[in-house]
Amino acid sequence: MNDVTARAKLSPAGGSPPPDQPLYANRQKVYPKAVSGPVRRAKWAVLVVCLALYYLLPWIRWDRGPGAPDQAVLVDMTHGRLYFFFFEIWPQEVYFLTGLLILGAIALFAATSLFGRVWCGFACPQTVWTDLFMWVERKIQGDRNERMRLDKAPWTAMKWRKKVLTHAAWLAIAMATGGAWIMYFNDAIELWPKFFTGQAGAGVYLFFWLFTGTTYLLAGWAREQVCTYMCPWPRFQAAMLDENSLVVSYRAWRGEPRGKAKAEGIGDCVDCMACVNVCPTGIDIRDGQQLECIGCGLCIDACDDIMGKLGRPKGLIAFETLKNIAASEGATRSMSPCAARTEAGMGVRHVPNFIRARTIIYAGVLAAVVAVMLGAWLLRQEVTLAVLRDRAPLYVRLADGGVRNAYTLKIANKTRDAGTLTLALESHAPLTLSIQEAPEAGPNRFTVNTRADGLTEWRALATLPPGARMRESTEITFRLLDARGRTVARTDSVFLAPHEEHRR
Amino acid sequence: MPTKIEKDALTGTDTTGHEWDGLKELNTPLPKWWLYVMYATIAFSLVWVILYPAFPIRGATGVTGWIAREAVMQDVAAANERMAPMLNRIREATPQQIAADPDLRAFAMAGGRIAFANNCAGCHGAGGQGAQGGFPSLADDDWIWGGSYDAILQTIRHGIRAGESDEERTSMMPRFVADGVLTVPQVNDVAAYVASLGGSTDDAAAVERGKPLYADNCASCHGENAEGNRDVGAPRLNDRIWLHGGDRHAIARFIANPRMGVMPAWGGRLDPATMNMLAVYVHALGGGEN
Repeated sequence: MNDVTARAKLSPAGGSPPPDQPLYANRQKVYPKAVSGPVRRAKWAVLVVCLALYYLLPWIRWDRGPGAPDQAVLVDMTHGRLYFFFFEIWPQEVYFLTGLLILGAIALFAATSLFGRVWCGFACPQTVWTDLFMWVERKIQGDRNERMRLDKAPWTAMKWRKKVLTHAAWLAIAMATGGAWIMYFNDAIELWPKFFTGQAGAGVYLFFWLFTGTTYLLAGWAREQVCTYMCPWPRFQAAMLDENSLVVSYRAWRGEPRGKAKAEGIGDCVDCMACVNVCPTGIDIRDGQQLECIGCGLCIDACDDIMGKLGRPKGLIAFETLKNIAASEGATRSMSPCAARTEAGMGVRHVPNFIRARTIIYAGVLAAVVAVMLGAWLLRQEVTLAVLRDRAPLYVRLADGGVRNAYTLKIANKTRDAGTLTLALESHAPLTLSIQEAPEAGPNRFTVNTRADGLTEWRALATLPPGARMRESTEITFRLLDARGRTVARTDSVFLAPHEEHRR
Repeated sequence: MPTKIEKDALTGTDTTGHEWDGLKELNTPLPKWWLYVMYATIAFSLVWVILYPAFPIRGATGVTGWIAREAVMQDVAAANERMAPMLNRIREATPQQIAADPDLRAFAMAGGRIAFANNCAGCHGAGGQGAQGGFPSLADDDWIWGGSYDAILQTIRHGIRAGESDEERTSMMPRFVADGVLTVPQVNDVAAYVASLGGSTDDAAAVERGKPLYADNCASCHGENAEGNRDVGAPRLNDRIWLHGGDRHAIARFIANPRMGVMPAWGGRLDPATMNMLAVYVHALGGGEN
């Protein structure tokens, strides 16, 4: 029995064997056409600002005094410090960074609920670098049609030259991108001569090549595939949009039925494909809202250009709410295509409702996070006192029957000046404080040194004299005082003693 | 079994032809490069298997000969090299000198904490709190053999009654009942007296009877006033700290048949720098004396 008959027997009666169907699809290469207009200008502006910030920020200097790095933005992994202009955080304050990320996420939600995927279309690094790479490609290989012709053409010297030049330019940009990345983690001015002479550390070169490679691959080759297949954001942004969000939309009620410009009884869309040709993800906006659309609005510029040439009103594709689209559609359903239909459809539009439950909630959460972060920043102590109570043993019984607790005190001085402070123990119980290495400065007070931009550690012993009556757990307070007696930092802890019966 | 491929009315996408209880699956093909990425990871893993040890079989080391243990040893060697200058200074210094220098002290405290956890905590507890039954607390202010830097270092280096060093600390308390020195009632009386020194008195008559017995039998080592004698490791008995229990019965049991504690000599096991760090660390646990 051969395979064909076996298959025929297993198939249901009357069913023909299924044709081979692809489970994996080839990528349809996208050749976006150059376009000009207000949206394109806005995109260029965002691109220039973002890239300028990214490439130049590490080179900005900021004087922090001697012994401290003078780079304005620096993540110092070796010493565990993050510098941002006037701001400096220690590893235990990384929550400022977390807060910033939370802020960014909520701002992203808020922006999406108002204007759709503006982040994707304008400011996302994938979009910005892809835009830059496409610009380079266009400068070397020409616009859409020329590039399509070039790709189909045989491999002549001219094609080789253009392709090699394109990839060389991409790699150069990618290397600049990887090169800028490592400057955020090292002193840029110290690093770059070392970098070019091969004296930088292995980690520096690893991250340089990692970011060079990913930039080249993602912006040169993967492009819209990143947005469509890799990025999680398109998958859940639909939950943040609603019918009141301003999203890139095709006014089908005005454009349809589409047809030749001179034909009778057709809408404003002349089916010129300009919107499709400029699309960086290669989709047709006239198919409605779709996952692949990054909301860049280049189709708006392309369509407005055509409408202008035809003398028809602009805005066949526009940033428009789905609610208005539906309203216009309802108002013009019975009308045949004509200028009056366009007017009627535009007449029933409402001003987009930006203040609604969703945006109020996002704004509220945003304000709350800002307030918390601002509060944390304003209340940030420059000198902190951490008290680590010994847990083994919980308490020590002394020869005379007294009880002692031990504490490790860590004084972090985040300023640039070493100073001397007074450490005081406060308690309602008759406790005696002793610190072996520190000179005494009065009852239960010791003079402690701090280290500029550093940590000092002290072992403090608190002793309860024999016979003193005391609960098993008593709250105590360690306080750091400056020369004028003002509290610099205070931290609460407890003093533990055995149960009365065992405290003979 | 795929049967019939249809076009889905809503999405315009072909179905795969699969159908389960009326549910049909849409065919949305995955990009081919994704498949190639999977092939690339398989190729990567094959290269990895050839280069690095990947199978739990003896001899399957991979052609690079890379061994995790060697990598760790290299890291350890590098760390030791980084620490060497500091350790050399600590080796040459006395514990007092280390304690007086903030940098050396910080290093010794950190190193001492690790060395203590590795070598000492088994008997003396993680925080040096000790345990009843012969494991003295190192955090209190009562020392059997002395709590100065020198005394602590001496104890660490030569040990106690371990028979490992000529300079070890050693002494022996007689087994008063087992050796027939005292009778059981006499021991009970001495125990009552000793317990009263620590503050617990419940049998005044026994205390009175025990007092002369103490003077005759115990005072030579533990002192007239039970203040102890660190030269022979005789613990102080007039305080509230008891190594083997402080009630009358526990004391009586101990007098009748004492158990002498043993501590190994660490001089042959630990580097002098480690012992110096341990001395500084133990001294700082709370009970250090000048």
